[in-house]
Amino acid sequence: MTSTATPATTGLATAARMKGARRKKAPLGEGSSRLHRSEQKWALAFVALPVLGYLLFILYPVLFALYASFTRWNGLGAMEFIGLQNYVTLLGDERFHQSMWNTIFYLLGIPIGLALALALALAMNRRLVGLTVFRTIYYVPVICSIAAIAILWQWAYNGDFGLVNQFLAMIGIDGPNWLSDATWSKPAIVVMMVWKGLGYSMLLYLAAIQAVPRSLLEAAELDGAGAWQRFRAITLPMVRPVTFFLVVTQIIASAQIFAEIQIMTPGGGPEYSTASAVFHIWRQAFQYQQMGYATSMAIVLGILIFIITLIQFRLNKRNSFVLD
Amino acid sequence: MSSTTTMDLSRTARTRITDTVVWIVLASGAIFMLAPLLWMLSTSLKTQLEVFALPPVWIPEVPQWDTYVRMWENSYILSGFANSAIVTFSVTILGTLTCSLAAFSIAKMRLPYRNAIFIGLLTGIMIPFPTLMIPQFVIFARIGWVDTLLPLIVPAVFGNIIVIFFLRQYLESVPNSLIEAAKIDGASFWQIFWRMIFPIIRPAVAAQFILWFMAVWNDYLAPILYLRTPERQTLQVVIANMNVQYATQRDYPLIMGASVVALLPIVVVFLIFQRQIIESIALTGSKG
Repeated sequence: MTSTATPATTGLATAARMKGARRKKAPLGEGSSRLHRSEQKWALAFVALPVLGYLLFILYPVLFALYASFTRWNGLGAMEFIGLQNYVTLLGDERFHQSMWNTIFYLLGIPIGLALALALALAMNRRLVGLTVFRTIYYVPVICSIAAIAILWQWAYNGDFGLVNQFLAMIGIDGPNWLSDATWSKPAIVVMMVWKGLGYSMLLYLAAIQAVPRSLLEAAELDGAGAWQRFRAITLPMVRPVTFFLVVTQIIASAQIFAEIQIMTPGGGPEYSTASAVFHIWRQAFQYQQMGYATSMAIVLGILIFIITLIQFRLNKRNSFVLD
Repeated sequence: MSSTTTMDLSRTARTRITDTVVWIVLASGAIFMLAPLLWMLSTSLKTQLEVFALPPVWIPEVPQWDTYVRMWENSYILSGFANSAIVTFSVTILGTLTCSLAAFSIAKMRLPYRNAIFIGLLTGIMIPFPTLMIPQFVIFARIGWVDTLLPLIVPAVFGNIIVIFFLRQYLESVPNSLIEAAKIDGASFWQIFWRMIFPIIRPAVAAQFILWFMAVWNDYLAPILYLRTPERQTLQVVIANMNVQYATQRDYPLIMGASVVALLPIVVVFLIFQRQIIESIALTGSKG
């Protein structure tokens, strides 16, 4: 943004000088400041909607939420100020702890998905037949609606007639009734998340790998570096920004997992084993009308996600927006 | 001389073997990726008996195309389509315009308080929707918008901060001299935007439009908060409700058929615009 200043000023100064030349003895810069003011008005008008939207739909709700988290409130009646009591309750609320733990468990899908995606991207970087077809196939689950995918996998995880167990039966494994089994319900959801997100990470990795200069790899090969060494010393460091971007954005997204849980296990799963943080908040707020308490949980989750996002902004150099 | 040729030969042979192995791995992976979707399609064409047959029936003997006829009766799929289309098109068309104007203002105009506005909007990205959903719901409940499509449309028309930042970044590469020249020619800022800036940023706008379109079309959390009456629900909520309703009747062909129909438009859009979508996603990722 610093770059805008110089040419813009010179341009306007030229305009002002031309005007000044026509109107004799007009003080230099008067015309330019009038032009400036008109431009400023237009500029403000052009950002007015997003700024207004920010105030109405983000800032006001956040302040509202902060206050509501200190109250007992059913969403309709009066808000009763109870200080920090919601936050104290939250510390001892086993269901909330369970839902937070479940959410952390779901994050396991991120390293698994990234490792698979990187391997796939490396494979796709070779000159093979049918690569575009493969790329499309791997990418289709990404664009599919989460509602339809959750419905599909709920049925696929059916203990007796589901695709997963029918497949396992072919190789002699007697699979559990995935979503009704407190041990297997979370891994089942992780597998589904990996399946759905794989194509996206693969695509970003592929783009990053293709940007690795071939000469670098060839030079390393001439120096006698093996395939694994070349991968460790060149490819992996070169794709690190993408890894970083994917890790952070996927933590933010997975921390908000909701639709899969609500559709596949409407009650939060056996022993509440699948309920995510957002699912628990949604249930408290919109099924049990504990709006005040639910808001305090939403604030805690929001702060955690805010911190992760902040880390992304601070560490990701590509993302640093230049201010003047 | 001869030793290098044999080395080269063995190298090509080795590469060929590795390529074959890699291809087989990729192909088996592709089968895993496709299998659930194909199974959804196959289930939708089975009879109730075939669905619960053991050993499993992979391909229905007589495809029950009737599923795709009867799903429209007594269901809200049609209104779901209409509602999803209304929300998605109004959000993306109006929202893209808002975002392009804002990006132009932030990137290329003398915007007062630019840093304050910029940092303010930046904090907006960091606050997740679940934190905002309860207050937003209460606000819209107070003005009587619950059970209408308005809470899904109106906030988005005010712009999407991520889209604004992406377009702003794209605009950085547009030379200022172009805009200065237009200003000297006496063009109004609206004319500069509409005749000059918008055509320049059109590829970036198209990329963001497609991504935003898919995100809104597939959205689930906000629609289930606001939409109660079945005929006012978006497609995703409609099929989720059908899932609950027909699972008790064990009518899995119908559930799977409805899901296929819900997926189809987006999959078709994807297959048509595949190259643009994939490019824009790779671009968004590398730009952060």
